[in-house]
Amino acid sequence: MQTELPPPVAPPISRASSPWEWMRVNLFSTWYNIILTIVCVVIIVVGISNLLRWVFDIAQWNVVVTNLQLFFVGRFPPELYWRVWLSLGVLACLAGIAWGFSRTDARWLSHSTLIALGVIVAAVILLPIPLSSRLWLVTIALVATIGYAAGRQLPPNLSSWLPVMWGVAFLLVWWLIKGGLGLAPTPTTVWSGLLLTLLTATTSIILSFPLGVLLALGRQSPLPVVRGLSTLYIEVIRGLPLIGILFLAQVMLPLFLPPWFRDLDRVLRAIAGLVLFSAAYLAENVRGGLQAVPRGQAEAAKALGLGAPLTVSLIVLPQALKAVIPAIVGQFISLFKDTSLLALFGLLELTGIARSILAQPEFIGRYAEVYLFIGLIYWIFCYGMSQASRNLERKLNVGQR
Amino acid sequence: MTTQRPRVTRNTPKFKDLLRDTRFWRVAGQVIAVLLFLLLVILVVDNVIYNLRALGIQLGFGFLGSQASFDIGETLISYNPADSYGRAILVGLVNSLRVIVVGLVLATILGLVAGIARLSNNWLVRQLALVYVETIRNIPLLLQLFFWYFAFFLQLPNVANQITLPGSTYLSSRGLYLPWIQGGAGAGVWLLLLALGIAGAIAVWQWRTQVMQERGVRGNQMLWALAPIVVAIALAYIINGAIPFRITLPQMVDTEQIEGGLRLSPEFGTLLLGLVVYTGSFIAEIVRAGIQAVPQGQWEAARALGLKSGRIMQSVVLPQALRVIIPPLTSQYLNLAKNSSLAIAIGFPDVYFVASTTFNQTGRAVEVMFLIMITYLTISLIISLAMNLFNRTVQFKER
Amino acid sequence: MLKWSSLLLSAALLAAPLSGCSRFLYPQLSAQEGGAASGAVLNRVKTRGRLSCGVSGNLPGFSYVTQQGEYNGLDVDICRAIAAAMFDDPQAVDFRNLTAKERFTALQAGEIDVLSRNTTWTISRDTSIGLEFAPTVFYDGQGMMVKQSSGIKDLKGLQGRSVCVQTGTSTEQNLADQMRKLGVKYTPIVFEDDKATFAAYQQGRCEGVTSDRSQLVAQRSALPNPDEHILLEIVMSKEPLAPAVRNNDPQWYDTVKWVIFGLIEAEELGITSQNIDSFANSEDPVVRRLLGTEGDLGQGLGLTNDFIARAIREVGNYGEIYNRNLGPDTQLNLPRGQNELWTDGGLHYAPPFR
Repeated sequence: MQTELPPPVAPPISRASSPWEWMRVNLFSTWYNIILTIVCVVIIVVGISNLLRWVFDIAQWNVVVTNLQLFFVGRFPPELYWRVWLSLGVLACLAGIAWGFSRTDARWLSHSTLIALGVIVAAVILLPIPLSSRLWLVTIALVATIGYAAGRQLPPNLSSWLPVMWGVAFLLVWWLIKGGLGLAPTPTTVWSGLLLTLLTATTSIILSFPLGVLLALGRQSPLPVVRGLSTLYIEVIRGLPLIGILFLAQVMLPLFLPPWFRDLDRVLRAIAGLVLFSAAYLAENVRGGLQAVPRGQAEAAKALGLGAPLTVSLIVLPQALKAVIPAIVGQFISLFKDTSLLALFGLLELTGIARSILAQPEFIGRYAEVYLFIGLIYWIFCYGMSQASRNLERKLNVGQR
Repeated sequence: MTTQRPRVTRNTPKFKDLLRDTRFWRVAGQVIAVLLFLLLVILVVDNVIYNLRALGIQLGFGFLGSQASFDIGETLISYNPADSYGRAILVGLVNSLRVIVVGLVLATILGLVAGIARLSNNWLVRQLALVYVETIRNIPLLLQLFFWYFAFFLQLPNVANQITLPGSTYLSSRGLYLPWIQGGAGAGVWLLLLALGIAGAIAVWQWRTQVMQERGVRGNQMLWALAPIVVAIALAYIINGAIPFRITLPQMVDTEQIEGGLRLSPEFGTLLLGLVVYTGSFIAEIVRAGIQAVPQGQWEAARALGLKSGRIMQSVVLPQALRVIIPPLTSQYLNLAKNSSLAIAIGFPDVYFVASTTFNQTGRAVEVMFLIMITYLTISLIISLAMNLFNRTVQFKER
Repeated sequence: MLKWSSLLLSAALLAAPLSGCSRFLYPQLSAQEGGAASGAVLNRVKTRGRLSCGVSGNLPGFSYVTQQGEYNGLDVDICRAIAAAMFDDPQAVDFRNLTAKERFTALQAGEIDVLSRNTTWTISRDTSIGLEFAPTVFYDGQGMMVKQSSGIKDLKGLQGRSVCVQTGTSTEQNLADQMRKLGVKYTPIVFEDDKATFAAYQQGRCEGVTSDRSQLVAQRSALPNPDEHILLEIVMSKEPLAPAVRNNDPQWYDTVKWVIFGLIEAEELGITSQNIDSFANSEDPVVRRLLGTEGDLGQGLGLTNDFIARAIREVGNYGEIYNRNLGPDTQLNLPRGQNELWTDGGLHYAPPFR
């Protein structure tokens, strides 16, 4: 569930002089390639024609259209939707900046940017949503574009502020969703749908970060006791299925805690489980980064008279973390997918709300439509993040050379 | 030449010096870590003891002996509701192992095929493999299981209108029925001897390979390795006097029921399909990365020797790629084993599901969780050990 | 070597007294919460001013969330009645959705004050997991639903077939017991939650689905063609569904118990939420004691004397609660049967209020 792999290297591009030449080389080079090509064409034609027939003829998308709001924000009070939109706007702006910043080539618009714009425009036009939502969506797309333009102009030395901005945005979003400090608070029982999925996934990865780094340092520590305890924790957690850890967090956490923690919120307990789980995997990723930092760096720092804590925090860790950013994004993608397990513990995140919607009497049996729809949502997020991570990696590598 | 003795500052130990001394920190750090850890353990244990006492719950594994009184849908070893909770959990464990073992084999095959297809020189094959990998990898496994179960297996026609595939294979919403080999009396002896024969064959193969490498004579491994297997089969035939295996075909006994053959329930089928397709997509990427890590020169050298591309892949590239493949492959195998616990979502009675039912009936949260932890840690450990052993055999041998 | 052994020794010395006398950290709590501290939970609920109540949350008629986001149902109304009796406010309840699996731990851990989640009262739950059951609020029995077209008439008809059942319920064990008694070989298809259980039945994975009869009726009403499904004429078990509390506070247990008895007694006396004011000047000492205009029955529980009157005024008597959630005017239309008062041949019977 956890491993994300290094990006695939595209197969060597064969120089083709004409379409016929290209087809001869790429499709019909040998007799078994001819057979393979024919088999593939049959599979593709049959598969796609059946899929299209199902999508346009057989499937009844009413269940998705009617429940669109439930999928995205669940039972969040409609009069507070502006807070969700505002959060989305903040995030879109930052995502735009990050994307613009991570672009390497000189072209202003790449294929992926164009595709993203096309999807947004199509969504605004096609989705059966109220006018206010359309306006919000257009505004957010504009904000994201402005962010993108700003990101492209951003001088590289300002890039270290990006994580700080994300941190501030994260707190802002929590405040907007949860309320308090002047905003009407919302109970966690109304958090559901994609909103809850995103909240739990991001919060868990951020909270597990310090724990994971500590564990990674502990596992590399020269002190045998510290090393042993860290290794024990990491290996035990990695040997257990996530569902067991969530069970531990949901059902047994109250037993482990002092009595005054008993009213711990269910969402918080789920996050606690995800943090404990993801910290162990994060630690292993960070350890990989630590091992990649040349020994000379630490020795040089020592020679300069830096103590061990300063050496680690100023010299080793920054280099190690930079090296493992793609791995951490991969970790986040896994965690994002893993939040679907919360559906088994009665939380109504994206998968959970889909199951609730399938229990509505008028939509019984519409499994394929609902599961394909939320599968598409998961896919867009995961695929988008993995592509962004590849861009980022390329940018970072360029910096190193 | 006068040698000035260095001044020794040891006679004036200062607290400040102590703080700068790494040896001090080395000990102090560990003591602090141990104390913190102990404090945590004590806090947790103390809380558990207190909470359990306050709630009037007892600790202990005695409950494993009491009657389970719930039924399990799929069992490989005999079980009925009058058996104990311990037995029920064992039944679940056997079910888990069954899906894990079969899943590992199938996922490896699928991953290997898809990984090689990702590098095929046929453009269409490459694109198909790419679509498979990128689609499956980016969708949660749980969702895929729900999809396979509710939108595929349960939508199949019922038994009366089932799909009949060639070779007496039936597919319906009741499951997949396949022809299967059934062992009669004495089958155990046969299997044992056969296993011994295969083990012998592997040993002989390795011995002949060594002979070939050292003396430069033809090894004829295939021929030599056949011998132990033939001997084992002959021996088994002499002992038993007959072949205790026969093929059973699924047959319709009435309009709704099928008997004979091997039945794979929709729950087992879903779990297996889900795990294999999902893990296979990750393995495909590992295989692809592994093959790409083999230097291009190896291909060229093998081609220069006149080997065909299938042969190159099999004898030159894959053995070298294995060294890169095995470590991440191990972690995928572990993931498959752990993910098998998602069986609970679609009602397949694996060890996690049965243990969780046991918890429901008895309320023994701490003990059941402990059992689950031990079980999965053991499974993980066994897979890791086996893969490490395998890894050692494929790594470069320093000569 | 010496370093290690001294380290271990000091650790052991430190750990021994600590783990030996549990609760060294929270001595003040052991007095307040541990053991059978009478009144602890009651006081806690009173101080909080709200009741925390565990319900199922997706069982039509018993506890479910309406389109407007409000909790409704028989189990919900029991909690509202308790809140009304204590605080004169039926809205002073926090509901928590619990799965069959979580429910007991949630209660044991003190997350909820009362579990009102169609829970069957059994001896093992009463004695070995630290619970105390209040009076039964709904007498149920386990049933079996099949498709009418399947032609199955009784349990023997399920020979060689599959039955969908939800785990974590007494239903699962009853089914095993019954089938073992009849010698019927069947395949249980067990699911983690009721959604999957009924979805699988609806998709034809199993010929039969078993659960409490009330639940089967409720779920049938949500199926596309309810008429195509029938309940077999069998009752596999007794399922007295009762609210439960932890067995650490007898006074809190008494509160829950007598509020429920009060609802039943009120129906017997004909006192409803509509006509309760006309009883204010009643001369009948039984009525006067129940409504608290005479005597001090409420004070004995640590409540006000008119606690039953409050509950009835706000929520209604047992009969009103039943009719509002399960009666003929609802989609479920469950006949009262065993759930009539004892005076009408049913099983509901409240001990005297005196």
